[in-house]
Amino acid sequence: MAGVAGGGGGGGSNDFQWCFSQVKGAIDEDVAEADIISTVEFNYSGDLLATGDKGGRVVIFQREQENKSRPHSRGEYNVYSTFQSHEPEFDYLKSLEIEEKINKIRWLPQQNAAHFLLSTNDKTIKLWKISERDKRAEGYNLKDEDGRLRDPFRITALRVPILKPMDLMVEASPRRIFANAHTYHINSISVNSDHETYLSADDLRINLWHLEITDRSFNIVDIKPANMEELTEVITAAEFHPHHCNVFVYSSSKGTIRLCDMRSSALCDRHSKFFEEPEDPSSRSFFSEIISSISDVKFSHSGRYMMTRDYLSVKVWDLNMENRPVETYQVHEYLRSKLCSLYENDCIFDKFECCWNGSDSAIMTGSYNNFFRMFDRNTRRDITLEASRESSKPRAILKPRKVCTGGKRKKDEISVDSLDFNKKILHTAWHPMENIIAVAATNNLYIFQDKIN
Amino acid sequence: MAAPLGTGTRAEENGQEKQDMQEKETVTPERAEEAKLKAKYPNLGQKPGGSDFLMKRLQKGQKYFDSGDYNMAKAKMKNKQLPSAGPDKNLVTGDHIPTPQDLPQRKSSLVTSKLAG
Repeated sequence: MAGVAGGGGGGGSNDFQWCFSQVKGAIDEDVAEADIISTVEFNYSGDLLATGDKGGRVVIFQREQENKSRPHSRGEYNVYSTFQSHEPEFDYLKSLEIEEKINKIRWLPQQNAAHFLLSTNDKTIKLWKISERDKRAEGYNLKDEDGRLRDPFRITALRVPILKPMDLMVEASPRRIFANAHTYHINSISVNSDHETYLSADDLRINLWHLEITDRSFNIVDIKPANMEELTEVITAAEFHPHHCNVFVYSSSKGTIRLCDMRSSALCDRHSKFFEEPEDPSSRSFFSEIISSISDVKFSHSGRYMMTRDYLSVKVWDLNMENRPVETYQVHEYLRSKLCSLYENDCIFDKFECCWNGSDSAIMTGSYNNFFRMFDRNTRRDITLEASRESSKPRAILKPRKVCTGGKRKKDEISVDSLDFNKKILHTAWHPMENIIAVAATNNLYIFQDKIN
Repeated sequence: MAAPLGTGTRAEENGQEKQDMQEKETVTPERAEEAKLKAKYPNLGQKPGGSDFLMKRLQKGQKYFDSGDYNMAKAKMKNKQLPSAGPDKNLVTGDHIPTPQDLPQRKSSLVTSKLAG
């Protein structure tokens, strides 16, 4: 059965199918809150895959070199490094509990042998350096091999230490801590294409930082009203343009996106472009604003388009057209008639992310019941797949899933009322060049690849 | 002829039938859901969506504890137990005075992530 094509240079192939590759994490029924994955991100080459969780920990996986003796298995991802990025804190002055949950991880482009990433919780951003050590020096003059200091009077000859190979050790160290710049909760960080600056956005403000400077940041957007009772919208996500270092966008809880140009003024409270889809006033309901809130915004790799995710759909916008999106994809329209219960159980506030494939020909986003959806922009075909332990045999082809909305349920379909709303896929990532995807299902990380023929 | 959307319970009873009727009268599913919600919570704010959610979002993480109230309540109760939190320990309402026992334990995760296992 044809799936959704993606990636590479060659464009869509009709025989495209997704297969299970790996799953990481425990199989326990009782999921500890700390183990819930809160962010997933490939680095620029796709060789490294980072996850952050509610317990403030980061786990980085590295793709193994392809093994000639196992030609059918593409490089697998295995643990490369893991560290505690953030700890829970309590701000006594404000009686505010600060969660250690990692909200976002963003990689820096690689410039030397070490890898750098930014990780952030609600209040503090940290720059981490991950470096390898595979040699150690032996033959010191002043200390023994076991580290004990040698008695200087016993030293009768000098020697030059030599480097000997050792088992690979991967070390993570915090190089910069960017703190105390956000009164509200940080929802986004984005590295600029200049590789020197990055932005951090909270509910009401966006700050610009230099990667080398931690004691200062510039406020570039401030939507806090003078009177908080006049507050009508908050910032939900922000991202720098992939090529133009002066351009960034931010989305709001009212379903609008503003594009700002830092060349036009220091404080970008006035947007350069304003993207909003006109709403039919007759269809407005109590839920309209809530479900229009944008939970994620991502530029295409080309920089020509951007994609937004609201509660029920994904929209692709052409940066040259502000009055409506060029493409709209329904993720789970059947939930529109369940909004009352989704409001009561708070699911209506779930923040789903979305991502592009490397060639911008396909997009992916998550849903409930551990389902995730992919849309091929060229063929307009869409597919629903499931991340489950049942379909976790190596190289097992994923079977498309279908949710039945009407009365008659066909075999293999699942009815809307049987969906498990606790199994939500909020975070997904697509390898920058190949058809490899990482899907976070609560406390498990699934990796799927396209079938190798 | 518009069918009265009635009380919540009536809507539940008639279920599918009511939905069919509503569809015939071109009430969108969203409006039907809104009616269901308003029937259950008649005092729901007039503003659709609106500031209430936003204020709640901005105040996430706020934990109030007043040592004065706590000690006065303890003195008043003397030997009796202080009213403790219900099942949802994060919700502080009414006469309930948060006690140190009620506050969730804030321990950092010293355990390695199971993803790395």
